[in-house]
Order: sequence, then C-alpha cells, then structure tokens
Amino acid sequence: MRESMEKRPPGSVVAMSGPTSTPTHCPYCALQCAMAVHGGPGGTADVAPLDFPTNRGGLCQKGWTAAELLDSPGRLTTPLIRDSAGEQRPASWDAALAAVTDGIRRAQHAGGRDAVAVLGGGGLTNEKAYQLGKFARVALRTRNIDYNGRYCMSSAAAAGNRAFGIDRGLPFPLADLDRTGSVLLMGGNLAETMPPFISHLVAMQRNGGTLVVADPRRTSTAELADVHLQPSPGTDLALALGLLHLVVTAGYLDREYIAERTIGFDDVWRVAALWWPERTERVTGVGVRAQRETARVLGEAARRGGAVILTARGAEQHSKGTDTVTALINLALSLGLPGRERSGFGCVTGQGNGQGGREHGQKSDQLPGYRRIDDPAARKHVASVWGVDPDDLPGPGPSAYELIDSLGTDGGPRALLVHGTNVVVSSPNGRLVADRLASLDLLVVCDVVLSETAALADVVLPVAQWAEEDGTMTNLEGRVIRRRRAMAPPPGVRAELEVLADLAARLGAGAHFDADPEVVFDELRLASKGGIADYSGISWRRIDAEGGVFWPCPSNGHPGTPRLFADRFATPDGRARLFPVDHRPAAEDVDPDYPVHLTTGRILQHYQSGAQTRLVERLNAKAGAPLIEVHPDLADRCGLADGDDARLVSRRGTAVGTVRVTTSARPDTVFMPFHWGGEQAVNQVTNAALDPVSKMPEFKVCAVRLEPAGRKETT
Amino acid sequence: MSRVVVVGHGMAGARFVQELRARDPEHEVTVLSAESEVAYNRILLSSVLAGALTPAEVEVVPSAWYAAEDVDLHTGVEVTRINRANRWAHTNNGDTFEYDHLVLATGSRPWIPPVDGLLLADGGLADGVAVFRTLADCRAITRRLESARQPVRRAVVLGGGLLGLEAARGLAGRGVDVTVVHPVGRLMERQLDEAAGRVLARTIAALGMRVLLNRQAVAWHGNGEPAERTLELDDGTCVPADLVIVACGVRANTDVAVSAGLEVEHAIVVDDRLTSVTDPRIHAIGECSQYDDQVYGLVAPAWEQAAVLADILTGGDARYSGSRVVTRLKAAGVDLATLGDADLNGTAAADDTSEVISFADPARGTYQKIVIQDDRVTGAIMLGETDTAGTVIQLYDRDAVVPHDRRALIFPGVLDAGVASNVTDLPDDAVVCRCNGVSCGEVRAACADGARTAGEVAVATRATTGCGSCAGDVDALVQQAESLEVAL
Repeated sequence: MRESMEKRPPGSVVAMSGPTSTPTHCPYCALQCAMAVHGGPGGTADVAPLDFPTNRGGLCQKGWTAAELLDSPGRLTTPLIRDSAGEQRPASWDAALAAVTDGIRRAQHAGGRDAVAVLGGGGLTNEKAYQLGKFARVALRTRNIDYNGRYCMSSAAAAGNRAFGIDRGLPFPLADLDRTGSVLLMGGNLAETMPPFISHLVAMQRNGGTLVVADPRRTSTAELADVHLQPSPGTDLALALGLLHLVVTAGYLDREYIAERTIGFDDVWRVAALWWPERTERVTGVGVRAQRETARVLGEAARRGGAVILTARGAEQHSKGTDTVTALINLALSLGLPGRERSGFGCVTGQGNGQGGREHGQKSDQLPGYRRIDDPAARKHVASVWGVDPDDLPGPGPSAYELIDSLGTDGGPRALLVHGTNVVVSSPNGRLVADRLASLDLLVVCDVVLSETAALADVVLPVAQWAEEDGTMTNLEGRVIRRRRAMAPPPGVRAELEVLADLAARLGAGAHFDADPEVVFDELRLASKGGIADYSGISWRRIDAEGGVFWPCPSNGHPGTPRLFADRFATPDGRARLFPVDHRPAAEDVDPDYPVHLTTGRILQHYQSGAQTRLVERLNAKAGAPLIEVHPDLADRCGLADGDDARLVSRRGTAVGTVRVTTSARPDTVFMPFHWGGEQAVNQVTNAALDPVSKMPEFKVCAVRLEPAGRKETT
Repeated sequence: MSRVVVVGHGMAGARFVQELRARDPEHEVTVLSAESEVAYNRILLSSVLAGALTPAEVEVVPSAWYAAEDVDLHTGVEVTRINRANRWAHTNNGDTFEYDHLVLATGSRPWIPPVDGLLLADGGLADGVAVFRTLADCRAITRRLESARQPVRRAVVLGGGLLGLEAARGLAGRGVDVTVVHPVGRLMERQLDEAAGRVLARTIAALGMRVLLNRQAVAWHGNGEPAERTLELDDGTCVPADLVIVACGVRANTDVAVSAGLEVEHAIVVDDRLTSVTDPRIHAIGECSQYDDQVYGLVAPAWEQAAVLADILTGGDARYSGSRVVTRLKAAGVDLATLGDADLNGTAAADDTSEVISFADPARGTYQKIVIQDDRVTGAIMLGETDTAGTVIQLYDRDAVVPHDRRALIFPGVLDAGVASNVTDLPDDAVVCRCNGVSCGEVRAACADGARTAGEVAVATRATTGCGSCAGDVDALVQQAESLEVAL
C-alpha cells in the first residue's frame, strides 16, 4: 500500500517510471524528493520527478541536474596516495588500503586506540552511518568519532530530547502542514534550501492559513510570508521568550494541556514574564505590533485548525542554539500544539540523511537506535548484536569541532578518516581546521569528488554515489525510504561498505563487517531494537511495498508511527518537559573594529560545502561564486558598489565574495553563503564558539568588517 | 567571604541578588525587604490591573530559589538605621545585620500632593483613595474593582504621566469610566512635545477616557454616600468618582541614607562604582540612586546597575557610565516609545547641527519625531502604529549610523518601494521560478521559441516544476507573450 497520492502542482512534469528507469530519491537535502533515474553511466543518465507525499512531483534545480554529477569529469575513479614529493598520485586499491591500515597501526601503536579518529556525515545512508560507527567502535576501538550533523542538527536534537524524550525532526508527515492554521518558521530559508517544501506552505496559505517567518534577512521564504519578523542576528531566543510572554498575557495559554501533558511551566513563565514586548523589541528590533500579531495568529490558529512551529539552522546554529529551540518548544507546548492534530513543533532537518545519520551511532555519545553510549544496558544490547564484549566498547568522545581542534596535538589523534564531509570548508574557524588537518600523520578521505578536504588527504578513496548504491535514508519526517541502485559505479570506484569491510578485515575484525547493504540494514534493525529510534520492524521489502515507513516501528506487524505524541511523550512519565532558558548575547558582538554582523547560509543552486554542486555546469552557470548581500547604506559607507569584490574580515580570517547590494539585508548585517572553498570560504571567518549542550558552533552570527577587494581578476 | 546586605527587593534588589549569585556562590547574602511579598515584576502590574495576569504570575523569584541559593531573605522588615562606624543595619523589629557591603535598593514611593481629604490624620490614604505602586496597591485596587458592595463605576486618575496613563488604561479596560486630571497643558510633558501630547490625548479619548488638562485637584469629598463622592478641581468643577488613584510622581526612599549622613540630593549620590560618595561600603542602585545628576525611574537602568555592581563586588572592573533611556507606555491600544532628548521645546529644529524628522497623522493616532545629530539618533517620540520603533531604538542603543534615506526611520519598507508587483512588468533578469532559478526572460524566450502553455514552458525551462507556486505567474507571462504576438 502506498501513501495516498497528493494532487501535484499545475505544470509539473511527472515521468512515469518505466522499465528502464529506477525510482529513488534525490541525492541532496532531507526533503529527499522522489525521482526516477533513467539510462546509465557514460553521460546518458537523466532524472525525472516522481510523485511522493513530500515533493508531489516537484524538483528544484539541484534535483533536476543531479544526474550531471554521475559522469562529472570531477569524479574520482582511482584511489590516490600522496607521494614523498607531496603529490597525490593514482594508486591501486590494495596499495591505498594498505597505506591506510599501516597508518592506523602506526598511530595506534604510538598513541593508543584513540589516536585514530573518524568523521562521518549526514549524507551517508543509514547503512553506511551505522557501519561507520560500528567500524570506529569495533574495528578501530576509538572513542573519537563524530559527524558533521554536529554542525547541523545537534541543537535541535538536544532540545528535542530534553523536552520530548525523542528527537525526530518532524513528528508528523509533511502533508499535515497543508491544513494547519498557521506556521511559524524560525530561521529557515526553505524556498532556497528545499524548494518543493514550499508547496505545503503555499497550500496552507491557500487554505486560509498564515505563514510567519522570522529571519534577519528578507529571504525568498520571508517574501512569501504573511508576517515577516526581522530580528537582529543572535536574538531569536529573546523573540521566542517575548512571544511566550504575549501568548500568556493575551490569554492563549492552553492551561488544560499544560496541566495534563507537561511539567515545568511555572519556571519557564518566570523567565518569560521578564520579556514583556517592549523589552523584547529593544533587544530583537522586532516591533511590538508584529510580536502581538504573531502571538494572536498562533493563538487563534491553535484554537481552530492547528498551528505548527518550525525551526531550522538560522535559529539553531548559535552558541545558544539548544536554548533557542527549547524556548520555541516551550512556546509550542504553551499553545498546546505537540501531539494535537495538524499541530506541533518540528525542526527542518538539513542534510539528506540528517535524521537517520544522527540515530545509528556515528555521533560521539551514541550507539545505534539513538542509544546513549554511556548507558550500560545500551552497551550490553549493542555489543551482543555486534558479537563483542560490552567492556571493549569505547566510551563517549568529543564533539566534531572539539575533535578537530585536538587533531595532531599532544595526546590528540594522529590519524583521521573522513567519510562524506568536507570539514575544511564546513567547519568554523577554517584556517585553524586546515592547520589541524595538516598536523596529522595520516588523513584519509572517502569521497565521490576531490573536495577541498580530499585535496589535503594522504590517501583518497573514491566511493560510489547515490544512483550507484542501495540503501535507506530517513527523511525530514522520520520516514525511512529506499535509495535504489540504477547503475553500476564507474570502474575503479567502490561502495563505502566494501571499503569498510575490507579495512576491517585488514585490521583483523573482518568477521564483524558485511558489505551487503541489506544485510547491514537487517543488523541495524536488531541493534536499534528497543532503542528510541527503533527500526526493528522496518525491512527493505516493507519500504518498497509501503512507500516508506515511519520510525519508531518496533515489530514486523507494527504500522510505523507517522505521528508522535498523540497520547504521550517519550519521557518516563509521558509528559513533555518545559525547561527554563533565558536569552544571552551572541559570543561575539560588533565593535568599532568589526562593526557589522555576518550571517551565513545556503543558496538554491548549491548543497552544503558545494563539493558536488560546484561540479554541475547548469548550477554554476546560475551561481558560480559567492555573493555577499549588503544593504545599500552599508555598501555606501564601505565604498562598495554592486558587483565589486569585497573581503570580509574577522578576528579569525578573511573571505572574498562579490557584493550584491540589496535592501533585503539589514543595514547592520551582511550575508554570505558557505558553499565555496579557498579564499571564498566564509567559514574562514565564522566563530567556533560552541553551544555548551549541543556543541554546535556559532555559524549564524559573528562580527566582521567589510573591505573592497578590487575588481575580480578574470582567469 | 564577604557579607552583603541588600535593602530592598524590588526590580533592582532582586536582580542584583541574582546577578551576584550567578557570579559567585560564596558571598553571604542577606536581603531585607519592606514588602511582605516575594520579589515580583513591577512592570507587569498594569497587566494585573487590567486582569490579564494574576498576582501569582508576576512573581519574579520563587521562594525556593532563596533556600537553594543560600540567600537569607527577610520580608516585611524595614531598615531603620545604619551604623556606618560598625557597619550595622538595624531593623524595625530590633535585629541588627552586620555588613561588609550594604546595597541600598529601597526604590521610591508615591508622592501624594497636598490635596484636602486624600490623607487621613494618621497619614494613611483616605477611603476611596489609592496609589499604584506595589503589588499590594494593585491588590487593593483590584479588590475595590471586584467589590460587590462598593462597585467602582467612575474613577479619577490624578496625574497624566506614564504610571497614571497605564493605571487609567487598566481601569478603562475593566469597564470603569475614567477621568485623567493633569496639572500641565499636555500629557506626559516630560517625554512629549506639544504636538505629541495632543495626539496622545486624542488616542486616550478614543479609548473612552476623559482627559482634563491644566487642572489641579483641591479636595476629595469622599465621606458621603457613594453617589455623592467627588473630586473638586481648582476651576470649581467636581468630578464624581468612586475611586481616586494618585499617580503624581514618586520620591526616592532615602530617609535612612539621609540620617546615616550619606550625600543625598534627589537620591543617594553614587560614583561610577555605584558606591556612595560618602561611604565606600555603601552602594545604591535603582530608583534610590543618583548618578551624574540622573535618577532613573525605569527598570532597564536598574538592571544595568545591578549587573555592574554585582561585577564590582565580585572583583570585576565594570564601571557604570549612565544608561540610555527608552521610555515605553504599556497600555493596551496605545503604542508609545520615547527616547533620549526629543527636543521638546523645539530648539534643535532651529539649530543647524541637528536634523528633526517628523510625521504626524493625528486621525490615526500617529506621531513620529526623530532627532538626529552627526548621523546618530539622539532622541525620538514614536506614538501610534510605529513599526520602525524597534529599528530606531536599536540605532539609538548602539549609537549606529542612521539610514541614508531618513524616511526609512519612519516608514518601514520605504527603500523597497517601487518593486513591481505584477510579474508581467518585471525585467528579464527577475526570477519567476525560484525553485529552478528561471527568470522572466527565460520564460519569455521559451514563449518566443514556440511554447504556448505553462506546461510547454515547464518542459523547456523547468519553471513551475518545484513547489509549483509560480504557476500563476508563468501563466501570466505566457498570456502576455500571446497578446504581444497578437498586437504585432
């Protein structure tokens, strides 16, 4: 039985998947649009959208051009080893894997098991993410593993866990948004980051619902909103507290729900009581009237058709991101939303498998099934599935940025394996990150293309990509879906599971590692059984038959769980927790030397570090270099005009981009996308101040100055 | 370990204790509060009066906090004398507290004008007379409002300043017939100029309140039958009233400081360490504190002072250098913010070094005035539907350069005006389908190449194949191309 087909938007081109096409999902973001891949390797592959409850037959430009990457000239098709002269030279798989195992042995001989570290990614399939975590704990036996979701979902995850006892981005199917009465989106630019998502928001508006978007920039998404709140960067938490204040004083507090389904409101109110609207306005810049209107819209909708509060990276990528999300959860609980029909709180997951990637053990403190690695019962269960002694499993390690910061230092890891992440572009304080990577004895990168990080590696291992592999992804709704193999990878390229199995065998742990993704998934099911993210009832066969299964799904006969929290929350007593949080300023404020706020984000044409999308001709034609969005007044003061090259300078580094003068920017804030490397990498500038709970770096606000960088030289 | 005794537990005192504990758990902290309530949020009293919040909901610090944080709290205790030589604070129940640092956060009290009948012989308020200062005052007023025996149908608020107008609005919101009596020619004369005062009076009147300007009360006749109770004014009129609320300003509570020999002018004089200029062991914050000739009657400066003093007493090197004052009227249906020096008597307007930007729309209750010097906001009045208030306040707080086009300070979005709203008027480089980055020009080119429907445009350009929300715009462009063709 498939999910019911939604009416697709007019004008969309929907191809039927014929005998020569393979139904799968887009390689990029967490929306995981359904698409068919036609043809095969050698430049003949093409894609067409499929109807699915999330994308409804729509694709964005990234999706439409996804096949270009399959036969890109930038594709890696042979392993590379850095020679004594420092050049990366083609090598055989055997030589490359031998170099990796030798390096691992040397590092661990000198510095113990923790001398080898692993960084994973939120784009890996569930099978690969699971296997990578197991590889670190069983084959390497290192505690040093974390993943780039630390830069993505960690704040929302930490807040969700502490409030609801579970972390699933959306606790309801996306299509529920169509019929809700109002959506408040805090810090997300969905019109560019996952465009087909917008169809659900537009459907809601056409059904009479109201869209409120909070963003310091007037983004494409903000332009669609009925109400746009434009807070100063770094003040979302104050705004959330101010909205809670107004929900109470305007009489929209759902007292019955608070009494029956939650704990902790009184302490939360004591903080929110101090955020009267005029104070909130002074801190956030959001007008009192706009605050009142937002509270009214949400409050009225909560009483009628329902209301939804969503967060994304704009609210989360701060040194207080966990608390900001908590404040928004508190707001949602005060309105009685979570667990109600067409209502709730959700966070919009970013990376393709940002959801599944955070559930199955590539996070430093986790074991599969969203289990805690310091929980003896969890260790015992997982060790029994893995056939090892629980005492042999390492304990929790440091978070991604802390781990990177320790590389090559006294007592820090000497070797690093990188899977599916381009850390030198995506980490904050990028100059320091490059220094740390350079100080390693061994850097190994598994990737599809020669990313900026792969270019620094001692050993590069070319691996298969989306249309060449089978597996599962868990989309932003918590729906486990199938990625299907449409073609064989090019000669010389191996699947990552094969690479891990081979390396494990060379390290003497081969018996524990299979390279068949379905076998790995079946093992993941067992390992997750009884955990929070329980996949044990989900099989590939069921996903194929049902068009996806929502976790938790604790048994074969269980229908899966599209909607969480209808009766209880995943806490011991079934009640949600309101946790008191207060606003605090960003880690770095502007000053006379660095007088402008910088915020960062994505644009439509590129995905994450851009390592893949920058190789796609049609995307580069639209967006070949980073544009810095600058308000006309600020541009004038800095002596910059539209089209000039400008340099952003912070205490940590510089980045160069082209000025785009626009009133969509606040006069005190510039925006630069983070999809480029080298001197165009904005993360050379961003601040690595970490959230104390989630260890999320403060990507979304720091202090910079803006200087002319001269006209761009033509190359 | 030093002993800190805090006198007063209002917005300043309670905040100071929290700031101190957040920095250092070691100090021995004693709080002596004259009020019997736990600390509450005075800012929200107008919401309590209006019935939007209950008294319990304005509590700032839960009682359990003091025990958990090891703070020794005494409520209902007044400090009657300070022995500076021995560093002792004596209380009205005979206790003595020894201090290393004494923090005076005694706040202020309402000033009762010399009007016959307002006060009883013993100094207490006469029947039917109330002040609006503490939670206890608020409870007393609320009790009167909810009394079945003596219903309040008509009330007079003496004083058309910030507090008086908030009280008046609260009562009016509860259906009471309210008259505001103000001795000056305009409301809130310390914050507003003539024109703003007129617009505000109009707004207040539209909310059902009566405003009598240039009138003083001379006598409260409150002893007769309820129906005969009136407030007599200096022009001879008598305003019938069941309740009189006195909101004629406040006086700092400095009696103890004066008798201890501390330098006191309008309030206790302190230096940039918020320390009495007379005694380095004694500090004053909030409304009982005077720094650089200023006494701040607002919560934001009190909180800034609390943070600075907590830092100093825990060994930090913070210094207080005055606060930027933003005054807000918190009354439903009246949005008013004033800040800095808003050139109330019009001298800046005639001065070459200043710019005064103003806009008034009295019919809609809007009055906006922004004073600029050296490209910075130095004062403003923003009354009515002023969606730029947040922006102006942030510019003032940060001493930031104002927009090149000053209109942006008054009209939100003015810089974005002129953008065509009709897709057929957009230039070729404007994006019509965001999801696929398709410009109007590309759609027009597809039509020129023979596309006749949105579906054919979609095949050629991918426009409409993302979220689909641009389908109407693409249709319009297709139709435009058709009509152009016909016209040709």
